[in-house]
Amino acid sequence: MDADKPVMVPPVAGKPASWTLRVRQAITRGLPMDHFLPDRQPYYVGSWVYVFGVVTLAALAWVIVSGVALSFMGPQWWHDSSVGRFFNSLHFWSVQLFFIFMVLHLWGQYFMAGWRHGRAATWMIGVVIFGISILTAFTGYLSQQNFDAQFIALNAKDAMNGSGVGAFFNVLNFGQMYGLHVMLLPIGVTFLVVVHVVMIRMRGVVKPIDTEGVAR
Amino acid sequence: MKQSIAETQEEYYRGVRMVPYDLLKELVVALVGVGVLTAGLAAIFSSPDVPPVTIAAWAQNDPVDFVTTATGELAGTTTSAGYGNPYNTNGPGQKWGPIAPQAWFGTRIPIDSASTFVIQPLQRAGVGNADLSAALTAWQAAKADQQTTWLDTYTKALATATVKDGKVSVDAGDYGPVPVMMSSLLGVAQSGGLDGLLVIEGRFYQTDYTQALVFMGDGGYLAGLAQQANLTGSQWGMMNETGSYPGQTWLWLYTMWYQVFPFNSTDGILGLNAGNADLGIILLMTVLTIALALVPLIPILRDIPRWVPIHRLIWRGYYAPKRAGA
Repeated sequence: MDADKPVMVPPVAGKPASWTLRVRQAITRGLPMDHFLPDRQPYYVGSWVYVFGVVTLAALAWVIVSGVALSFMGPQWWHDSSVGRFFNSLHFWSVQLFFIFMVLHLWGQYFMAGWRHGRAATWMIGVVIFGISILTAFTGYLSQQNFDAQFIALNAKDAMNGSGVGAFFNVLNFGQMYGLHVMLLPIGVTFLVVVHVVMIRMRGVVKPIDTEGVAR
Repeated sequence: MKQSIAETQEEYYRGVRMVPYDLLKELVVALVGVGVLTAGLAAIFSSPDVPPVTIAAWAQNDPVDFVTTATGELAGTTTSAGYGNPYNTNGPGQKWGPIAPQAWFGTRIPIDSASTFVIQPLQRAGVGNADLSAALTAWQAAKADQQTTWLDTYTKALATATVKDGKVSVDAGDYGPVPVMMSSLLGVAQSGGLDGLLVIEGRFYQTDYTQALVFMGDGGYLAGLAQQANLTGSQWGMMNETGSYPGQTWLWLYTMWYQVFPFNSTDGILGLNAGNADLGIILLMTVLTIALALVPLIPILRDIPRWVPIHRLIWRGYYAPKRAGA
């Protein structure tokens, strides 16, 4: 008997015992590569409305790239250096574009009733991304270390305190706002965007609304 | 038609004509296009960066407002002195019926306005200053009634105060140690010392500007600058920013509620009014956000896209052959 020779375990009917194999099979089943990176789409996917989703992703990529540069160089950089100011401007305008594209994407999906045929969770995660993005931008405005940040913080504190949120989310505390802005909230947005995109690729784009097409 | 969880894309698209598509090319073109657009906007329009206001600038440019505010902190008449939680228990806080989260979470960021903004900074800055030490001793030894009398008369005198060489002068009167205390605090502030004293709080590293900002918020100087820059609440508040930049336009719905009934009304309706507008609007926006997330489950809201023929513009290629064949 050759003890060094690997022994192949024959496949067993039903669910495999290996957790790794189960996960791999689930991924392969749920998101095969030709769905993840498709080279064909239904013929009705031709409107400019479909572009709003991908340009939102592109704007988010530039938000992250410019944000990483700003966070690496530190808070004084964007005030004291012309290069830092330019990167601050890149961050500022990519955020503006991100929101414009995201709102257009949201309205587009609403009038296409994009949640139909089992896609409600994709819509709901999109709304959560929208909400967390607003919070991320808000903490960004509070982290600017300029007059706008002072004014916004002083105004926002009453809304936060009046709702009880201010006891834990102190908009006058630069350290807390900066930490949330550069770390926790971007991780939340990025993670949910990945989930959102994977769900879209798993299910594919929704069909047009038919006469019998109840918006569910 | 409802796509089941188990239904594959192949089953869902059965009978639908598929056409070539290049997802990665579309993504790269979008990245380049948005990158060029962003760089162009950044190069042409830059971004807002008006320097922050310091307590030193406030004390130098508007010493009467500074001294009036500091006197108000001692008297307990400023916004922060009567704010309530999370800073202190001197105000009831906002509530709507039994919903009172401002009170529920207690005093988590304690601020005693008189002590925090006036007495403690003077004690720290007054080491070796015999006049100031004597004034502080006299202040703390005086009864509350006496303190109130000094503050009342001094506050009234400040209405006709004059400024010379950065010093605030009032008509002669019995103000006790208050003028010496205020003169000292103004001097510390004008030198920039108060900016540091309110931030450092006995530590070396510090990133919390709560005390300094609350103190400036009690005064009229920063609010006046905001008014000049068209930033204030009646002009849709914090969604604005300095210059001609777009600001946080995505907060338009939130800030809109402050401009309309019942949140701009003293009396309001159903207990909602300007007095608890912050709480009411946060609750309302929470409900609206949840409703937006649940649109797929809410009748009428989920049916509007079927009734409004915008989808026929979006998918006009899909609907056109049907019309032609009809």
